[in-house]
Amino acid sequence: MTCGETFAQYALRSIGIGEKLLPMADFTLCQQFVLIGSGLIWNLYFGILSLAAGFFLANALALAKATGSPWLRRPAEGFIFVFRGSPLFIQFFLAYFLFLAMKQANPVFAPLTMAWLGALITLTLNTAAYAAEIFYGALRAVPRGDIEAADAYGLSGWSRFRRVLWPTMMRLAWPAYTNEAIFLFHATTLVFFSGFAVLQQKGDALYYAAYFADKTFNPFVAYPIVALYFILLTLAVIGVFGAIGRRLNRHLPKTTRPRFRYGPQYFR
Amino acid sequence: MFSFCADPKSLEGIAWFACYLTSGKHLYFYVSIGTVLLLLAITVPVALAFGFAGAMAARSHFAPLSILGRIYISAVRGVPDIIFFLFVPIALDQAFEWVRHKTKCPDWTEPIRRGADFVVCPQAKLPLSSSPQWVHETYGFFLAVLAFAIVFGAFSANVLYGAMQAIPKAQTETAEAYGMTRRQVFRRIVVPQMWVYALPGLSNLWMILVKATPLLFLLGIEDIVYWAKQLGGSKRSIESEYPHGDWRLAYFLVLLVFYLGMTKLSEGVFGRLYRRLSHGQATMAGEEQRRGRA
Repeated sequence: MTCGETFAQYALRSIGIGEKLLPMADFTLCQQFVLIGSGLIWNLYFGILSLAAGFFLANALALAKATGSPWLRRPAEGFIFVFRGSPLFIQFFLAYFLFLAMKQANPVFAPLTMAWLGALITLTLNTAAYAAEIFYGALRAVPRGDIEAADAYGLSGWSRFRRVLWPTMMRLAWPAYTNEAIFLFHATTLVFFSGFAVLQQKGDALYYAAYFADKTFNPFVAYPIVALYFILLTLAVIGVFGAIGRRLNRHLPKTTRPRFRYGPQYFR
Repeated sequence: MFSFCADPKSLEGIAWFACYLTSGKHLYFYVSIGTVLLLLAITVPVALAFGFAGAMAARSHFAPLSILGRIYISAVRGVPDIIFFLFVPIALDQAFEWVRHKTKCPDWTEPIRRGADFVVCPQAKLPLSSSPQWVHETYGFFLAVLAFAIVFGAFSANVLYGAMQAIPKAQTETAEAYGMTRRQVFRRIVVPQMWVYALPGLSNLWMILVKATPLLFLLGIEDIVYWAKQLGGSKRSIESEYPHGDWRLAYFLVLLVFYLGMTKLSEGVFGRLYRRLSHGQATMAGEEQRRGRA
């Protein structure tokens, strides 16, 4: 069997398209690359959707934390503390058992115990808390001069926020937010251990890597393949976020732009 | 534990809970909290030692040593997180067994890697198959500590390297002008002062390390996550003297509170430590303390 045929069989295996039966013996390097790459689709799904949803929630949380009213500030602070102060691993388990209890109370909640929804919600809340802290820090770091200039132009309230504060906040937060995005993608590997159910072996990259490592008793092939895929994914995230960052800073001279520095924030 | 626990079926309310929470299996759960704290207590000094060695190597003027230090720092930091943890203990285990195999059974002719299997002679097995259960558990724990120490050693090497570079140049130059050797400058000027620059990074690392401890579960150690899953699962009356429904949610809530408590406590301790280390330093915080007193 050529690698092309293997690719046709297994490239979309993780979303249920193609050959149902996973290879059982005589694993080729090609099979491992294709299937683990297929699993990566789920990592992309978790990463992209939770980043997108978490972005909006994080903005709301950052603003809530920055307001004077304790009715908004306290809950936001509490939310951020709980999700940043405890391991994501524990959050996954807690969410899973919570959703399980809800499912037993009412079958309507059944999808929540599946990875595609339950894990996605947990990841979204988690990244929202981390990103909110970044945005909050950036909001506090907006230069006084910008605000005074906005006042001088007669901007106030919502229009001042939308036209002056928010763009500057994004600009300042972007390098740190890039790191957050990278490590959110890395954190999607934890879904595999979280207990959330996976139907018909439609697993993520680590799911297939563990499958191969289990069957061959050899971790020295499958796990490095995952690592390789994640290094490529990291480079892609840096590329995309770098392009957005350049666009956010396009009016500034090159020397004064906030620079991205890769700063690992493992183990959330 | 208590004398009235002899017949759990007759108990109700608070008495039932008192007996339930002090049953033999729960004591394992409490001990496993100790396991986590023990892991932290061992890993921190070892990782700091690895970090210090790595940072010193990276600073070295002897090129091969410097390159080795830099490779250690960047290789570990560049690899995605838990994959490293799945990989390192197995790799270490196989490396140890391979070395023992080569030294203990030189006449063994059969290959070690037979297709998918990794086979060494019985004398080289780690731990020996005849050794008692606790040796197996301790060996697993030891591999986990080593994996944690290698990863966090690389992170702290990066932090300490930055802190060593952050010592104001004027100070090291003054020391050299007084005739100190490079080694003396390092020991008397750099090391005593670097901690205030390293502390924010190290406290961040500590928080990450605390939050990484549930990964022990992935390494097959019977840690708090393991026991929370075991004890929380629903028990029928034939399985246990204390039958109950699915309480895993409650158990994991306890774990959540445990970790949040650790975070809160650490924040407080590091805040105090930072104030103390800033005393008399040429930093903003040190300057503020000086002004505050004057």
